[in-house]
Amino acid sequence: MAENYNTSVLSDIPVQEEKQYSYLNLGPTHPATHGIFQNVLKMDGEIIMDATPTIGYIHRAFEKLAERRPFYQITPITDRMNYCSSPINNMGWHMTMEKLLKLEIPKRVQYLRVIIMELARISDHIICNTIIGQDVGATTGFLYLFQYRERIYEIYEEICGARLTTNIGRIGGLERNFSDKTWEKLENWLKDFPPAFEEFSSLLERNRIFMDRTINCGPISAERALAYSFSGPNLRAAGVDYDVRVMNPYSSYEEFDFIVPVGTQGDTYDRFMVRQQEMWESVKIIKQAIEKIKKEPSHIYRADAPEYVLPPKEEVYNNMEALIYQFKNIMGETDIPKGEVYHCVEGGNGELGFYLISDGGRTPYRLHFRRPCFIFYQAYPEMIKGRMLSDAIITMSSMNVIAGELDS
Amino acid sequence: MEQTATEDRIVSVIRENFPGEVISVESPYDFLTVNLKAGKIIEIIKFLYDKEKYQYLTTLCGIHYPENKTIQVMYQLHKLTENKRIRLKIALPEEKPTVPTLTNVFPAANWMERETYDFFGVIFEGHPNLIRILNVEEMTIFPLRKEYPLEDQTREDKNNDMFGR
Repeated sequence: MAENYNTSVLSDIPVQEEKQYSYLNLGPTHPATHGIFQNVLKMDGEIIMDATPTIGYIHRAFEKLAERRPFYQITPITDRMNYCSSPINNMGWHMTMEKLLKLEIPKRVQYLRVIIMELARISDHIICNTIIGQDVGATTGFLYLFQYRERIYEIYEEICGARLTTNIGRIGGLERNFSDKTWEKLENWLKDFPPAFEEFSSLLERNRIFMDRTINCGPISAERALAYSFSGPNLRAAGVDYDVRVMNPYSSYEEFDFIVPVGTQGDTYDRFMVRQQEMWESVKIIKQAIEKIKKEPSHIYRADAPEYVLPPKEEVYNNMEALIYQFKNIMGETDIPKGEVYHCVEGGNGELGFYLISDGGRTPYRLHFRRPCFIFYQAYPEMIKGRMLSDAIITMSSMNVIAGELDS
Repeated sequence: MEQTATEDRIVSVIRENFPGEVISVESPYDFLTVNLKAGKIIEIIKFLYDKEKYQYLTTLCGIHYPENKTIQVMYQLHKLTENKRIRLKIALPEEKPTVPTLTNVFPAANWMERETYDFFGVIFEGHPNLIRILNVEEMTIFPLRKEYPLEDQTREDKNNDMFGR
């Protein structure tokens, strides 16, 4: 009797079936991922249980290509890594070569480079931060601040003639001096950007909706961030004050007065705020650099090392020595020292390292790029596990994963 | 000078705790580089992590030397508290490059090792997911090895004496 009673009760309870998950392809070309990223998400309803990122969709074998290119031809390759801040990549590569060649770079060139690199950092952070806004539904800031990014590109154009893939500067300096127009554009930009940026900040920074949406979204602790070798704003948002500009100063960064902003939670909001603050610091650095440049002789824009630095074109056409050096440089007749160099710069996304092995040949024997995106993107599944699909989108945009840098 | 003193200390610490493992020490461009035997590399990195606080893996990559028939694996560690960097190198035989995985010490090594496998064919034993990462899965070669030249070697219109390699 009792047995029958039990059976009838039990039969009313639905049998717990094995849990069914659905699988969702986020990407490769999803408009909200801003690039070619594929993530196969294992979903329980709206909750992400697991994610499998697939990368390499725009892999272009830069490390292999670099093994067959003369040193000065590698600069355009570096452009195409983090294409949101290509001048930093270019400068990083030039400085690696200058380290290998033991070239002394004049102070003025270093300050000019600082200006260019900080402009690049601002344009990189503008993209990241406005897109976070875009992804949570605040389109205004995106369109508003992009005008100022556009004007940064106009400054690049004035310096080197290109906008996105800049190929800015040369080994040993810049290809030409800043023109008067460049300075004028820079001055105007410095006048107009802070108020506009202030306005953008007031749109989002203390906006209740934005804060509710981003605080505690995709967080990572400092310990995990270090274990995953995070660097740059993403690491600093987690509370570790590691900035290559301060830790291993290059290009005279030690002479500049700026702070390294850090967050506490390592969530989307902190990453956003760290980048916001860094843009203010970059503006500060640019202003200081302009002041410093005024004290330097205004005609210097490259190192005096003709055997490594390409001479200006007008001299090549009119001067025999310059023509000889141009020829030797281009044909790879110059002796490049054997050696092994690691140089890192603070890119838009963190420690951008160049590990170069030269065997004295015309091209590198081996060139390895330490690409910050590639290294921190592997923590992405861990950061979005147990969260909503919509959180995954803004976590990715706040990490600022750039497909070009990820895939090299 | 101070820099050199601590560098020597690290090397002697490694020498003391792992006798016979250090092959040579160099410092190209002021970057301490230690060439090690392949056998105990993970133990040494674990030791540096625990005892010497080298707790940041900057990068990891392979280098192919066909004339020695070796593939080197380079590990670059960073001690953030004192801003000291160290580069550890091991040489593996070209035919069967095998080394234990570092993922148990640094989760960041996961993709770096996959990349090194992808391009050099280095097998990282114990790696949780050792598959190609940037190249297509169907690929059968390891493209960054020197035997795969970038350019068509049968080209006759280009003189390598003049244009270098």
